[in-house]
Amino acid sequence: MRSGSYPQALQANFQTDFATGEREAANMIDMKVKIAGVELKNPVMTASGTFGSGMEFSEFVDLNRLGAVVTKGVANVPWPGNPTPRIAETCGGMMNAIGLQNPGIQVLCERDLPFLQQYDTKVVVNVCGKSTEDYCEVVERLAREPVDLLEINISCPNVKEGGIAFGQNPKAVEAITAEIKKRAKQPVIMKLSPNVTDITETARAAEAGGADALSLINTLTGMKIDVNRRTFALANKTGGVSGPAIKPIAVRMVYETARAVKLPVIGMGGISCAEDALEFILAGATAVSVGTANFRNPSVTMEIIDGIEKYMEQYQVKNIAELIGAVR
Amino acid sequence: MAEKFKETAKIVSQEKIGTGIFSMWLQTEQIAGTARPGQFISVYSRDKSRMLPRPISICETDRDKGRLRIVYRVAGKGTEEFSGYQAGEMLDILGPLGNGFPLERMAEGKKAFLIGGGIGIPPMVQLSKELKGEKQMVLGYRDELFLTEDLKANGSLFIATEDGSTGTRGNVLDCIREHQLTADVIYACGPTPMLRALKAYAEENGIECWISLEEKMACGIGACLACVCKSKEVDAHSKVHNKRICKEGPVFLSTEVEL
Repeated sequence: MRSGSYPQALQANFQTDFATGEREAANMIDMKVKIAGVELKNPVMTASGTFGSGMEFSEFVDLNRLGAVVTKGVANVPWPGNPTPRIAETCGGMMNAIGLQNPGIQVLCERDLPFLQQYDTKVVVNVCGKSTEDYCEVVERLAREPVDLLEINISCPNVKEGGIAFGQNPKAVEAITAEIKKRAKQPVIMKLSPNVTDITETARAAEAGGADALSLINTLTGMKIDVNRRTFALANKTGGVSGPAIKPIAVRMVYETARAVKLPVIGMGGISCAEDALEFILAGATAVSVGTANFRNPSVTMEIIDGIEKYMEQYQVKNIAELIGAVR
Repeated sequence: MAEKFKETAKIVSQEKIGTGIFSMWLQTEQIAGTARPGQFISVYSRDKSRMLPRPISICETDRDKGRLRIVYRVAGKGTEEFSGYQAGEMLDILGPLGNGFPLERMAEGKKAFLIGGGIGIPPMVQLSKELKGEKQMVLGYRDELFLTEDLKANGSLFIATEDGSTGTRGNVLDCIREHQLTADVIYACGPTPMLRALKAYAEENGIECWISLEEKMACGIGACLACVCKSKEVDAHSKVHNKRICKEGPVFLSTEVEL
């Protein structure tokens, strides 16, 4: 952290703080946040689709330390996803068109949720579907499962029939949110698409439909062309762009949304270090999700949690709530 | 599934061994000691604008010294960056990844084909060191040869080149036919058209055939579902006809997958 760019008073505090002992200060720090009544031990979550159900990453990450694990999108039945190549690297990011391959809700309930139950972290299940009925079927099936929050993916750019079809039209967002809310036992997070002119319109629509929280942004639709093969880099032609390259767009959208609605906002889009996470929090996010950065460094989430704590020690922030939306 | 390690490895040596082909030895803490033939490592770029690791097959390991060797082709900006590194520099790697070739399918008295095409040849080096029985290495090149010296100590060598400059003019199957070679088990790594032809050849001749596949990867550990291949049966993990190359593979029995 470059201390030179911060006010002198804060720097003075920072020095005293370290003189009195780093550990003592850390114990006083409160990183807990609440999303729709669910308390997370810290604001760091995993972004859906980048972390599976945590099983593969548990070799590198202590899942107990995460605020929450957000599982890969799951539908009522298994989905085969798109043909390969499904990913391509772009400068400062990547594109994917996995096409929401998933083993279906039955497998999630029988295999993945019992696995996650072993850990002291919150479980957020990301739900996808091709019709309102599909979404509702999954949500109803999850009613009796050990799941803390539902995240509804109405914004996947890589699936024709579902996902984004719901996510770009405010009326459709409100309608599907209301349908899901009627059936959901857990609080509902609506995951919004950035592929719209004004994200606050879909955010307000989700709020009007009864959403308990919002998460944003999903990936931005992009295209990459392989000039040597003179073809598309992805079999799907287009894919969702993620990674540090999209972060400023995501921060801006989180800032706008946090001011447009009363709901807690979960911010994501290119977070790869604590400073990135703090940008989102200062812009108004109550929690953050880390996605693409997990591919570059499988234990990056641990470093981000440590980094936020260090920042709070440094600036004597006792409660993370002081930072949420602090930049106006 | 064996343990994986994220390490910052020291480059022991780097050498250009062909046009755009580099050989790098790395000093590792754990990876070289546990890696099996046919496994791979993820190599991370120092340039943070390159987010994704490059999956590179393990060519050879020296367990006593804790070293592993990768032989790779410069195929883009990431591998170009790696090719510029000097001995003494550090490199972030993750591994060993994937399942590797099943050594137990071979025994003394049995005959194997170890078939490599182009940059699919490197994993055959460690495989040829560890495999039991008679090893017939069938190598397909465009024109320029590499790793032949490393391989010939461990078995008999048969070479095919596209331009006919060395050995059989044509591909690895032309080479097998020319020399009237036979085998009980096939181990192969190379471009998809070669693997497709070998799969058909093995099925026609009733030979057990293990092929190492390749696909664009992101996580390298089975979470992101980028690197799938089509499986004949519904896969136990995915519940659809997809297997993860980085996790269930990269080595598959040829009859398990559709190419």
